[in-house]
Amino acid sequence: MHLKSLHLVNFKNYEQADLVLSERLNLFTGLNGSGKTNILDAVHYLALCKSFLHANDSQNIRYDEPFFVIQGDFASDSGVEQSREEPVYCGVKRGQRKVFKRNNKEYDRLADHIGLFPVVVVSPQDSVLITGGSEERRRFMDTVISQFNRSYLEQLINYNRVIVQRNALLKQMNDGKAGNDGTLEILDLQLVQFGTPIHVARRAFIRELLPFFNEFYKSLCDGKEEVELIYESRLNEHPLDLLLEEARNRDKMLLHTSVGIHKDDLSFSINGHVLKRSGSQGQQKTFLIALKLAEYVFLDRASGKKPLLLLDDLHDKLDAERVERLLQIVCTNRFGQLFISDTGAGVLEELFRKQEISFKAFEVHQGGISER
Amino acid sequence: MVQYPSKLIEEAVEAFAQLPGVGRKTALRYVLHLLNQDKGITEKFGTTLTRLQQDIKYCRQCFSISDHEVCAICSDRSRNKELVCVVEDIRDVMAIENTQQFRGVYHVLGGIISPMDGIGPNDLEIDSLIQRIASGSVKEIIMALSTTMEGDTTNFYIYRKIKDFPVQVTTIARGIAIGDELEYADEITLGRSILNRVPYDVPTASGKA
Repeated sequence: MHLKSLHLVNFKNYEQADLVLSERLNLFTGLNGSGKTNILDAVHYLALCKSFLHANDSQNIRYDEPFFVIQGDFASDSGVEQSREEPVYCGVKRGQRKVFKRNNKEYDRLADHIGLFPVVVVSPQDSVLITGGSEERRRFMDTVISQFNRSYLEQLINYNRVIVQRNALLKQMNDGKAGNDGTLEILDLQLVQFGTPIHVARRAFIRELLPFFNEFYKSLCDGKEEVELIYESRLNEHPLDLLLEEARNRDKMLLHTSVGIHKDDLSFSINGHVLKRSGSQGQQKTFLIALKLAEYVFLDRASGKKPLLLLDDLHDKLDAERVERLLQIVCTNRFGQLFISDTGAGVLEELFRKQEISFKAFEVHQGGISER
Repeated sequence: MVQYPSKLIEEAVEAFAQLPGVGRKTALRYVLHLLNQDKGITEKFGTTLTRLQQDIKYCRQCFSISDHEVCAICSDRSRNKELVCVVEDIRDVMAIENTQQFRGVYHVLGGIISPMDGIGPNDLEIDSLIQRIASGSVKEIIMALSTTMEGDTTNFYIYRKIKDFPVQVTTIARGIAIGDELEYADEITLGRSILNRVPYDVPTASGKA
């Protein structure tokens, strides 16, 4: 599937915009603050019902306007028999519930829409995966896995609930109030019940992701650097029941649960050193791009649908050579429809022609878009 | 703050407003209504409430709410005392009684284990359940608690305490609701129903437990 057209009303800095898109590559160029990223964000809205910039819905309404509307038509890729078109509508009115429709029919649950049109975003915001706490990296795993593993999210919610109960119990036992070791043992059993499948799913996910990640990083850096991505979990060595038993006395002093899948992390390294400290900005960015492209290939294989790929601010921190190699990768037929934003057009259009890829270039200027 | 013309009215409003789901406006409506009733009616209303807490008893066998030392269900000779259904509170007893499918007796825990809410096993009627089983008169325990994580915690806890007694432990079935179309069942329930499928039984006139 690809997005054939996009229509905006009062979305962020656009009063109105109507675009007919290329099935393959769409380039949006313009000066700072002109609204390039907002176009990509609108595409993200149609796919996942929300912004990728973490703003809440009503913050995306144009100043002093009462509502915004995003509409788009998804269509089967050309060459596919039985072409279909599916209009998707997203409307937000101040102070009201978001309205989301596909084929003119409103959804009861937004969750039903998610996964129909998968999307992968590469944006400067990704850097929190490296600089942020381990919860960011767990969230990355959880978001991808729960898109194709239906029971994963339920297990995660239950697991987190048991953790809250267990920590409350540890505090009560410390205060000498209600609670005993018997209850603690039961909660440990439940942590094992919910936590073990989560660990299995995460380990399998990273194991499948790794070959693609390594391949993409290698092509991006032209084989000059060695990177490593490791899933760190105490459950890799010992089963959770053993770990919890071992930690029980320590947990009673700490008053929280010190082992479990809520302590998992991903470790990123470059040439044998910690990426966060030793990697240059460009190397860190390259690492994140390789990770996102691997996520793309993974989702494609898991769902059988090529996601939309949004590359926000293509030149962000990358040198010219890496930008060219990135384009070489995404212009192959392993990838589907692309949306790229960047400040300058000249060099890129040259590169696209070199890759012999059909594309549309849009010039963005303060709330207006024109095709060139 | 609204000024009431009488201290008595104000106190009565305060009292009603303590009830769940009742605000000051509704409380005032109740108070004025009671005031306008014949004297006997409102007086009876008062004594009913006073007696409620004074005279209510908890059945010493199943800990359900009762008028006597032993509740109507426990003292009913026709009920099977070897079959005990464990529930969270009196509302669940009423729900199961309404099904008219159960001829055993109950054991009311008075809550479920939830450290978050400060409820541990010692706050519940678990020790009394174990004593009941230890006395040897019980053959089967049916766990009928909510299908939440906390319900599971409680099931698990009780099971561990009683697993060495010669008593059968069962739990109420979980799965597709009667009359539901599969298409509309939620994925988790449907998935669980497939995993916990049961041998097919030719429908007959249903016997009572």
